[in-house]
Amino acid sequence: MTNFLSDGVSAGDIVLAGIKAVIAFVICLVATMLMVWFERKVVSRLQNRIGPNVTGPFGLLQTLADGIKLFFKEDIIPSRSDRFVFQLAPYLSLVPAFLTFAIIPIAGDFSPGNDGTVTLPGGQVTGFQVADVPAGILFFLAMSSLGIYGIMLAGWSSGSKYPLLGSVRATAQAISYEAALGLSLASVILVSGTLSTSGIVQAQAEGGFFGMNMIVTGFVPFFVFIVAGTAELNRPPFDLVEAEQELVGGFHTEYSSIRFAMFFLAEFMNTVTMGAIIVTLFMGGPSAWFGLYFLGWFGGFVWFFAKLLLFLFMFVWFRATLPRLRYDQLMDLGWKLLIPISLGWLLVLGGIRVAQNGDIGLFESNTADVIFVLAVSLAIMAIGATLLQKAITNSAQERLASRGLRSVPTQQDLAASTTEQDGGH
Amino acid sequence: MTITESEPTTPEQEGSDAETPLAGQLHKLPRRDAVLRMSEVRAAEMANEPIVGENDQTMLVNMGPAHPSTHGVLRLMLEMDGETVRRSKPIVGYLHTGMEKTGENLTYLQGPTNVTRMDYASPLFTEMAFALSVEKLIGLEIPERATWIRMLMCEMNRISSHLLFMATNGMDLGAVSMMIYGWREREEVLRFFEAVTGLRMNHNYIRPGGVAADLPDGWRDSVLRLMEMLPPRLEEYDILMTGQPIWRDRLQGVGTLTSDEALALSVTGPVLRSTGVAWDLRRDEPYLAYDQVDFDVVVGTYGDAFDRYAIRLAEIRESIRIVGQILEKMPKGDYRAGDAKVTPPPRARIDESMEALIHHFKIFTEGFKVPEGEAYAAVESPRGELGVYIVSDGSSKPYRMHVRGPSFTNLQVLPHMMADGLLADAVASISSVDPIMGEVDR
Repeated sequence: MTNFLSDGVSAGDIVLAGIKAVIAFVICLVATMLMVWFERKVVSRLQNRIGPNVTGPFGLLQTLADGIKLFFKEDIIPSRSDRFVFQLAPYLSLVPAFLTFAIIPIAGDFSPGNDGTVTLPGGQVTGFQVADVPAGILFFLAMSSLGIYGIMLAGWSSGSKYPLLGSVRATAQAISYEAALGLSLASVILVSGTLSTSGIVQAQAEGGFFGMNMIVTGFVPFFVFIVAGTAELNRPPFDLVEAEQELVGGFHTEYSSIRFAMFFLAEFMNTVTMGAIIVTLFMGGPSAWFGLYFLGWFGGFVWFFAKLLLFLFMFVWFRATLPRLRYDQLMDLGWKLLIPISLGWLLVLGGIRVAQNGDIGLFESNTADVIFVLAVSLAIMAIGATLLQKAITNSAQERLASRGLRSVPTQQDLAASTTEQDGGH
Repeated sequence: MTITESEPTTPEQEGSDAETPLAGQLHKLPRRDAVLRMSEVRAAEMANEPIVGENDQTMLVNMGPAHPSTHGVLRLMLEMDGETVRRSKPIVGYLHTGMEKTGENLTYLQGPTNVTRMDYASPLFTEMAFALSVEKLIGLEIPERATWIRMLMCEMNRISSHLLFMATNGMDLGAVSMMIYGWREREEVLRFFEAVTGLRMNHNYIRPGGVAADLPDGWRDSVLRLMEMLPPRLEEYDILMTGQPIWRDRLQGVGTLTSDEALALSVTGPVLRSTGVAWDLRRDEPYLAYDQVDFDVVVGTYGDAFDRYAIRLAEIRESIRIVGQILEKMPKGDYRAGDAKVTPPPRARIDESMEALIHHFKIFTEGFKVPEGEAYAAVESPRGELGVYIVSDGSSKPYRMHVRGPSFTNLQVLPHMMADGLLADAVASISSVDPIMGEVDR
């Protein structure tokens, strides 16, 4: 084999990359198709319905049928829209959704002594992911930010009011929750010591079940990530961007035919990918729990899929159970709860790590240092939480006051406000 | 009352530089008022007009008549400042079918078929108000059993209507499963209606002179089964919604209304009771035999959307209580008045007597004559005071029929409830008023 590109890249590598990309693409499409079916079926069951059951066995082909139907629908572009951006937006939404999947190790043998790679007959050593990017996590953040552009531009370019509101909501939501997402990710990076997804999985695989980042980082970043991730996905209860009852269809109100299908596809693809990211970062990805390794790399795939299913079910469960948050409540949750908590937790984790390394040296033993750090940081967090709570209460009261007569009087206000209300009439 | 063009804008220019809450209130009140007073034509023109004396940050959004959460074909014109609703105006008439006018061409016996289609979520109440009004004109006494059957059916209808509210309220706030659960329970009640009246909706069951048919065999068991099934399901609602933090956040303090405002706008029903005014026609102006049953009138404290939700949930429980008492007290006897002028002869007599056949034919073609006069009878429907006013010229058809629809009157509070709330609050407010557009437009 001749090296016809730069050093180290053989034609075999390129073929391999191509094959992996195709396989990943197919997996993506099939997974999305199944996810749509899964969601509809589970939601139906939770709502005393049967769900799709006619098209194919158990209604499995329902998504395919819907897709074909949408292909043959008329593609309407509103006359007041910005044609170019309007047509571009679905791709901007779809492509990042697929790209994120490239960094996820979906299989592989991570049992002790293995690093999840296999050696192919051609001599290449490869992991079960399209690209093992050294800065994999940053790639994920970049892609999830890019995906918002699709939604935002779709809303802007539609030339219609409800999509506009939807896109404004999308922008605000993305900015707010990206921060919480990034901060909870920082905790993972801190304990794993790497940005590469396969590296993170390997770091967790070494510790077995209790080596999962979910446990090692102390659960808080995990929960923050789930909440922020759900918001990032625009899934219920954070689906303000396409809140049907308020904005009709939100950003995709004006879309029809295959362009609508692309948004739909991107949304479900993102759901699958977000579930996969959570599994990778917090649940050990394809590595087995309790040392239950089997069948080499295929066992890794089974483990990965089982863990993924857990989160996909959780997303569907959220949708079936929770009412939607209001716009300001969403912002409050993001800025006043998730970001401070993940920031504080990152500092605690960092402090503990420094103390464990013996870099503080206040006391003779590192354990005493750790306890000291914990005590100090908990005290600071308590003070911070009190201040924050006060700030939240104050702002809530101010907001109610600015709404004047429409506010609900608190118990203390009841007596005082009577005269004011009389004056108002 | 007419207003000058500049009136709504003048006060706000004075207050626009001051950002204090009080100044905000002062300039908003007259504006809100102005929107309420504006004619629909004038308000419709607003859509194409630049907004005078206001920064151009606001936009007009037409919510409806085809919008998922406007309960049919209500149209709302919203002036939005970002996500915030400033002024708004409900515009009705998209479901106008001229039922009141149609009523003038239908005999008194055909009347219920017509009015039952107004409030399609609680059809029996309109039928009953119509029947009560006609009976008032004739001075007809109806038998005990008919009275209690009417009460039973109406309370069951109140349950089904409030269950429908639970469903749509959940739906409007994004709790999609709640919609299915509400419909599921309502369906059980409708199944009972079908057994009794033959139809799930639009029953034409309560007619002047009594009811159309006696309760079928085994009705008591079906009612008991319902009474057993519903309370645990309502507790599930409590778990799913009442105690749910997001649910409370979404509803508490949203769409608040003071009792003064409510009374000034002649609001009735749960919307009025949510503001703390204990007004329930069943208790305050008893009709049928409501003075013989024991029930509580549930009132709220804050007048917000959560109170209205909680009141309706509590009213389902009260209705279950009433139905329990009706089961005990249901008397035996005839289900329709013995007055041969109003009541067609029994089926068996038609085979025997030619006169009975002619009489039967006459009643169903010509109808019965009602003495000259006018009468108004009101009932407490799930949405408030539902009254039917009939003027009779002595013929067999009403000279004029007018329905006081609670949904129509309650709709006026929407601009008050929605002002300065977020768009999501506007949806919650509409939902909490629970308007049925068929009854609004008639």
